[in-house]
Amino acid sequence: MTNTLTIERTSANADAPKPATRRRKPNDRAPWEEPPTPVGQAAKGLTLGVVLLIMVVPLWIVVVTSLSTQAAVTRAGGLVIWPDGITFEAYKVMLEDVTVRNALLVSLGITAVGTLVSMAVSIMCAYGLSRSRSFAHRFLLTLLIVTMFVNGGLIPTFLVVTGLGGYGAWWSLILPSAISVFNILVLRAFYSSTSTDLIEAARIDGAGDWRILWSIVMPTSRAVTAVIALFYGVGYWNAFFNVMLYMPTDSEKWPLQYVLLTYVNRGNGMPGSINSGFGTAFSQTAPLSLQMAVVVLTLVPLLIVYPFVQKHFRTGVLTGAIKG
Amino acid sequence: MTLPAVVLLLVFNYAPLFGLITAFQEYDPLVGVWNSPLAGFDQFERLFGDPLFWGAVRNTLYLSFVQLILFFPIPIALALLLNSVLSQRIRNFIQSVVYLPHFFSWVLAITIFQQMLGGAGALNHFLRNNDIGTWDIMTNPDTFALLVTAQVIWKEAGWGIIVFLAALAAINTDLYEAAAADGAGPWRRLWHITLPGLRGVIVLLLVLRLGNALSVGFEQFLIQRNAVGHDAADVLDTFSFYYGIATGDYSYGAAAGLFKSVISLLLIWGANKLAHAFGEDGLYRK
Repeated sequence: MTNTLTIERTSANADAPKPATRRRKPNDRAPWEEPPTPVGQAAKGLTLGVVLLIMVVPLWIVVVTSLSTQAAVTRAGGLVIWPDGITFEAYKVMLEDVTVRNALLVSLGITAVGTLVSMAVSIMCAYGLSRSRSFAHRFLLTLLIVTMFVNGGLIPTFLVVTGLGGYGAWWSLILPSAISVFNILVLRAFYSSTSTDLIEAARIDGAGDWRILWSIVMPTSRAVTAVIALFYGVGYWNAFFNVMLYMPTDSEKWPLQYVLLTYVNRGNGMPGSINSGFGTAFSQTAPLSLQMAVVVLTLVPLLIVYPFVQKHFRTGVLTGAIKG
Repeated sequence: MTLPAVVLLLVFNYAPLFGLITAFQEYDPLVGVWNSPLAGFDQFERLFGDPLFWGAVRNTLYLSFVQLILFFPIPIALALLLNSVLSQRIRNFIQSVVYLPHFFSWVLAITIFQQMLGGAGALNHFLRNNDIGTWDIMTNPDTFALLVTAQVIWKEAGWGIIVFLAALAAINTDLYEAAAADGAGPWRRLWHITLPGLRGVIVLLLVLRLGNALSVGFEQFLIQRNAVGHDAADVLDTFSFYYGIATGDYSYGAAAGLFKSVISLLLIWGANKLAHAFGEDGLYRK
């Protein structure tokens, strides 16, 4: 396995000014490179532009439609491409709906608790494995890596989880997928490269492992912590198959993704739609804008967090392959 | 400190390995794994005589092949293109946009596809308004492989460039300078310096792709099976779910899962051998 992400280490002197003598500014052409031809430039710009449009236009249409009035949706005969009568009506209806509100709370709760559990367990494990003198360290590392290639598969896992009473229990949405060995190995690679001198010095001063992890190792690896937390968080936020497995009938426990799948993607009516707000909402206001509002709702948390973490996806050299 | 993680692995990864014994049983949920009668290889005999199973195998391999041909080169091309953009600011902007869909859920991605390309979606609306007829790709089993691959490209191709950008940044610029001084044009430099510089990564990813040839994604097929039908959308991973869990025929599904795991291990091992034969590292050094 290779760690494809190189994440910049936050070091003690991160704020120190960068050395003034750069070889060349990144925006300058190297002296030996030919000046670009206009045709080449245009082709390049056009290709990148089209790529960006393919990514952005669908999101734009979804957002605009979710903000449109019923009249605008009717005029457009479906999805709205240009804003034409902006209203937050769909969002108001959506947030007043019991199903969606429930699902939002469930999703936020599972994501928050799950990410905390995953991070705590992974950080501890990665730190333990990064100290090469720790107990049974080679053996445990092998134990971890084996699971990347060999696993029981869907049904044995399902039987174990339900055998432990996981059917319908909240923990079944968190614990079975709480750790990703890949993420632990990425963390471990970072912790292994923390200066041993610093750690030895702290140990002589009487710091225990917890203290070292908390005050030395973690502060120097904030960027990687943020990225791994995003990976875990996105995993929990996006999960829906575990709901299908472990609580397919408890519609009160459904997270947002499952609501999106059931009522938007599959277009199913709500069970007992007379009593549920969503059902009546579907029949009274702009259904399409309401559906698109649910789509946007599943996007919002990601869009809030993404910009803060995205800057850490620095691409650099491949850090050495993580080997067993 | 490794204890909590090890416990989780033992319970949710290693215990299921022993649970694979259900594949050789006639598992009965009422009596549990310990008391279910053994069935030897009966489940496998059923499996190998089941046309639905072979359909899933065929779909899996076909989809793997289509993705290899259509998806694999795109991140490489995109990374090369992006790498040639000089302005750091534009590069950062494009990167942050193309990485984003990787973090979307499949439910979300497919909903977006449905809204854009589906029967009531934006594209068909446009086609109808201009009397060009309709183009129904979301529910057509014949073009399902292309649809799925397009979805994977939309969602993952941007994220896929990270590893290639990293490899590109690691190529020594002195090589380019020397080649330019010797009169090599941009295309020759691309061919003789850039692509050889990417060789290691490309081989590694090919090995992984071949080793995972039986894993073509799961949620994507689960969500779209209703729309295109099981003939086109059943793959090995969903087979275990639909013919194991959904029908309560646990041993049968476990047998299908075990079959897939064993073949996958062989594929990874074989692909790795292949990489070594090409003089590359593969997953681990020889």
